[in-house]
Amino acid sequence: MSPEATTKTTYRLPIGPIHPALKEPVAFEFEIDGERIVDVRVSLGQVHRSVEWAGMRRNPIQILYLAERICGICSYCHPMAFALAVENIADIEVPERAEYLRVIQAELERICSHILWAGVAAHEIGFDSVLFLTWQMREKVLDLTEYLTGNRITKAITMIGGVRRDITKDMVPKVTEALNYFKDNFEKLRHIFLDDKTFKMRSQGVGILTKEDALQLCACGPTTRASGVKKDVRLDQPYFAYGDLDFDYVTPDILTGEVNGDVYDRIIVRLLEVKQSIELIEQCLDLMPAGDIVSEPKIAKLLATLKKVKGEGIGRMEAPRGEVIHYVKLDENEHPYCWKVRAPTYNNILPWIPMLRGEQIADIPIVAASTDPCMSCTNRVAIVDSGKKYELNREELHKMSVEKTRRLMK
Amino acid sequence: MRFSMLPQVFFQMFKKPFTNKFPAKYIPSSTTKFLEDVGAGRVKIIPPVETPIDFRGKIQYDSEKCIGCKLCIKVCPTEAIEYKEKEKKIKIYLARCCFCSQCNDVCPTNCLSMGNEFLLADTDKYSKDLIVE
Ligand code: SF4
Ligand code: SF4
Repeated sequence: MSPEATTKTTYRLPIGPIHPALKEPVAFEFEIDGERIVDVRVSLGQVHRSVEWAGMRRNPIQILYLAERICGICSYCHPMAFALAVENIADIEVPERAEYLRVIQAELERICSHILWAGVAAHEIGFDSVLFLTWQMREKVLDLTEYLTGNRITKAITMIGGVRRDITKDMVPKVTEALNYFKDNFEKLRHIFLDDKTFKMRSQGVGILTKEDALQLCACGPTTRASGVKKDVRLDQPYFAYGDLDFDYVTPDILTGEVNGDVYDRIIVRLLEVKQSIELIEQCLDLMPAGDIVSEPKIAKLLATLKKVKGEGIGRMEAPRGEVIHYVKLDENEHPYCWKVRAPTYNNILPWIPMLRGEQIADIPIVAASTDPCMSCTNRVAIVDSGKKYELNREELHKMSVEKTRRLMK
Repeated sequence: MRFSMLPQVFFQMFKKPFTNKFPAKYIPSSTTKFLEDVGAGRVKIIPPVETPIDFRGKIQYDSEKCIGCKLCIKVCPTEAIEYKEKEKKIKIYLARCCFCSQCNDVCPTNCLSMGNEFLLADTDKYSKDLIVE
């Protein structure tokens, strides 16, 4: 915040640093004039969990499960990006069937994440009946995940050189049944999210991120696609079996014919991506060839091979929130020499600044939620009003947002 | 439609709730008493949703087959497995286990498998139920 911006009429509103148990701790400082946000300052790096350090004391197989715990929602992308990096170093060929199975798991995770997000977004504007409807659908996604992997959240399906579980012929009917359920319910959700007056009122023209800003601030994932930037690792640098599948960038103009880059557009992009993911899974089930699911089933042998390789590798993939990058360096040792993770929310934090400028305090929850970060950001708010300090907790901020919806409905 | 959620909300009022009311319809005022009553057959427990096949629950260990190769210890991400030097067998502390089933995959004699049991909450992390040997 520049000193001249601090005039008599504005006051500061610090938000965060948030609860240390959450993955993306961040502190905001808002410059407020009445209800309007004049300026925003974001500071990152509030908590350090030492995941990378812990990883440097474990062997690659153990790291897969550590990487899974970087994020509860992206519990597939992180270990998979790590596996891609290790495969890159050790030149491990992944069997064809495993490539398709990997796509299926990745898209299932995207459906789960986007639907979870849709529920949270509805909750942020005080539309809790939609939250329950979306989470009912998410429950089915979790059931399918449980059926395919054995676990509901931390899937433990990744293996270096493939996946750990196959989808056999007799499992396919149950998967298609679930996919049909998603399709039916998706139409319902789409209708509610895109046509309902309550949503339009709170999301159209709010939290705008222009295409120039999105490009300059390196936003990624649905956040940048909602501003009209065609960026998607799945298409730009196809990995897994994405090269063989038929799909295209999802931008809001597919549906509405124009790109505004507001919260409404971000809702459109995420909802259309759910549909796209369902279609991708169907394509995979059709195209999947028979064969092995992992290149080296003997894990002890795999570990011995990895102990002998030396070099650096990068694994990148499109997580539900955007591009995730893992950098790994192995130096003929049991443990990696270095492991570096860059999660997509990191890129999507700076775009908050142009999005929030000019908006109202009550819009903070929905605008912040629209990039799909960890929602803890609104946890502990202290308003410093001309020397007097009072605190605003998450519930109160949420209440302000709900009240704004009510005001607009009148 | 202006408020497209309304029909859905009305519809929902007449539908069976999606939630499975496990273990009872209302939270019992005392959990211990509730469990005692269940044990004595006075009240019935509403069963949890069934787990699918190949669910990763409590680990089963067939110590007869174990050859003490220590491979499971090497891959376990949470270091939940301890080696018993004298017997040349292993001991798994489930309070540490993350149910990844990696030890099952690596075991050369297939003496480990994942069971269906998932209700493993306990106040004592060294309780008998949470140690497999
Ligand atoms: S299931 Fe995973 S965490 Fe649990 S004992 Fe086996 S390897 Fe360790
Ligand atoms: S891997 Fe199997 S045989 Fe080897 S020590 Fe573990 S349980 Fe025993």
